Amino acid sequence: MSTHTAEPPAEAPAPPRRRRFGLGDRVFSGLALLAGITIMVALAAVFVFLAVRGSAGLHADSSLYPAAGNFVAYAAKLLFGTVWAAVVAMVFAVPFSIGLALFVSHYAPRWLATPVAYVIDLLAAVPSVIFGLWGLRTLANAMKPVEGWLNAHLGFIPLFSDPLSTSGRSVLVAGLVLAVMIIPITTAICREVFAQTPRLNEEAALALGATRWEMIRYAVFPYARSGVIAGVMLGLGRALGETMAVTFVLGAEDPLVTVKLLTSPSPPTIASNIAQRFQGENTGQQVVLLATGLVLFVFTFAVNFIARWVVARQERKLA
Amino acid sequence: MTTQGYGTIEPELDELSISSFSHVRLPRFAPLLVLLGALALSGLLALLLGWGPVAIPVVAVILTIIALPLWSAVVENRRAAVDRLVTCLVWTALAITLVPLVWVLEKTIAEGIPAISWHFLTNDMRQGLDPVTFKMVAGGGLKHALLGTLLVTLGAVVISVPIGLMTAIYLVEYARGSWIGRTITILVDVMTGIPSIVAGLFAVALFSTITGNPGIRFGLMGSIALSLLMIPTVVRGAEEMMRLVPSDLREAAYALGVPKWRTILKVVLPTAFGGIVTGVVLAISRVVGETAPLLVAVGTVDYVNGNLFSGRMMTLPVYIMQEYNGTVDDRKFAWGAALILIAIVMILNLVARIIGKIFAPQTGR
Repeated sequence: MSTHTAEPPAEAPAPPRRRRFGLGDRVFSGLALLAGITIMVALAAVFVFLAVRGSAGLHADSSLYPAAGNFVAYAAKLLFGTVWAAVVAMVFAVPFSIGLALFVSHYAPRWLATPVAYVIDLLAAVPSVIFGLWGLRTLANAMKPVEGWLNAHLGFIPLFSDPLSTSGRSVLVAGLVLAVMIIPITTAICREVFAQTPRLNEEAALALGATRWEMIRYAVFPYARSGVIAGVMLGLGRALGETMAVTFVLGAEDPLVTVKLLTSPSPPTIASNIAQRFQGENTGQQVVLLATGLVLFVFTFAVNFIARWVVARQERKLA
Repeated sequence: MTTQGYGTIEPELDELSISSFSHVRLPRFAPLLVLLGALALSGLLALLLGWGPVAIPVVAVILTIIALPLWSAVVENRRAAVDRLVTCLVWTALAITLVPLVWVLEKTIAEGIPAISWHFLTNDMRQGLDPVTFKMVAGGGLKHALLGTLLVTLGAVVISVPIGLMTAIYLVEYARGSWIGRTITILVDVMTGIPSIVAGLFAVALFSTITGNPGIRFGLMGSIALSLLMIPTVVRGAEEMMRLVPSDLREAAYALGVPKWRTILKVVLPTAFGGIVTGVVLAISRVVGETAPLLVAVGTVDYVNGNLFSGRMMTLPVYIMQEYNGTVDDRKFAWGAALILIAIVMILNLVARIIGKIFAPQTGR
């Protein structure tokens, strides 16, 4: 049914590969292209619809911007909370991710490497709401003595200064939960780049008498640097947008700017702020939150885009 | 030199390097020995000073990290000591990362098992009159949430699998390095990083603009939000699998005069079938636990709603959140639902791996 050859000569500009085939082929390739274009349209639609609905939130009544008079200050404060929690998470996650990736790619005995990689993937499979449940009471309770110790011994540093959170729920705990959630992502990327180091470079280093660490330091790390940076940025993108864990641990607060890690009213993130306040039918509130959602979208889009660009550049360099 | 030659020389080289070429080295069992010693010492200290059970492994690990490089520095040299220090740190990183995983699983199972019962699985949370006490009580079940999750996820699969699969076909078979193909690849990559709550907000913004009702919520909105998160995973999985299909197979089909679209449907897709299904199942397991988009776009109810196209629905992750924010008694429902959700996700992961194993070695010989 698809082998009609009576095509009008107008088909000439089509590539020669396709000319011999008929209607079915054109329909099928058209559908495939359509699906691809749907993705482009969907991404554009996310931006457009958030902008259309959220634009009213830029100049709403000032009572809708708690702890800030206008949208810019409100969004800036929330963005601070978002970035701050993500940065705390990265401080914990990055060293562990690199260590884990090295373990799987260079340190583990072969029989151990695959199961370990699988277990790390399992960590990524645990739903975020369950990490939230765990972080809210279990981890927060367990961290109380640690927070007390930090405050007592390092309290002179502003990060650990008073007042202490009575429930243990603090940015520190939120950052820890976030770190657990992004470790699998960052580890996966780092693992891939570490494993791509040319075998000959590694063997050359070993043949010169380098220990395993020196081989990694002088052969693997220089080679993998931009890949690691990209992995870290992808993890950062995930940490910025992660909602439930932070919502659970930090609760509903008005936006605020503080670098204190252990206090109880802690700066909420854009995502946790939306999750806490969106359920009402209040239209004014809804458009303000949509506008902050747009800010989050653009910000994470930029972070991810830069990360992908770094990866792509690295791949070109190696090709 | 033949391979046989290598085989005979190797042990000699090994011996040489240990005995005369290099410096003195610690015995092979040194790390294990130090770890056992550290465990014994910290156990002893714990007994004497009355520490809790958590302190024993922590102190043991710290002792090992200090002792092994020190020993190495004395017997071997400074470089070897640094090497051993890093090895210790890498193993420690692994051990510490396993702690939260085991802890979360243990907590969920311990708290969840008492909550699960036949009553829990077959009731919703609607208020009803208790026939014995004549008080209004909640139903105490999650049937509505299970059904909601099933329907919303099904909707997301129906939307995202055709789009994702056709996009992958376009990228592998038709794009050939065109700018559209490159743009789609980048956008799919970027899409993996969309915050899940933004996907939910998008669904709300879309439908409230279309209908003019800012309070509108129904199941399909959640499906659309979830499919936004699912599509990139499906595309990447399918694309990777289809690229593995050897071009010999395609060329054989072309040589027989089969049109390209039939080649794709009858040769490429069946060959890559197992991998594609694995990717789809993994994508499902990723979105089935998503909370934020469903909270925003589907809302919450206490009763069974089987209609995707109208009215709010309850879903499992949102149910967990709502029950946990309720009274202390409600918390056990949250943990029970959490256990069921984690079981669903783990089973999906396992199924994906098994399918991948069964269908994997189909390419080449």
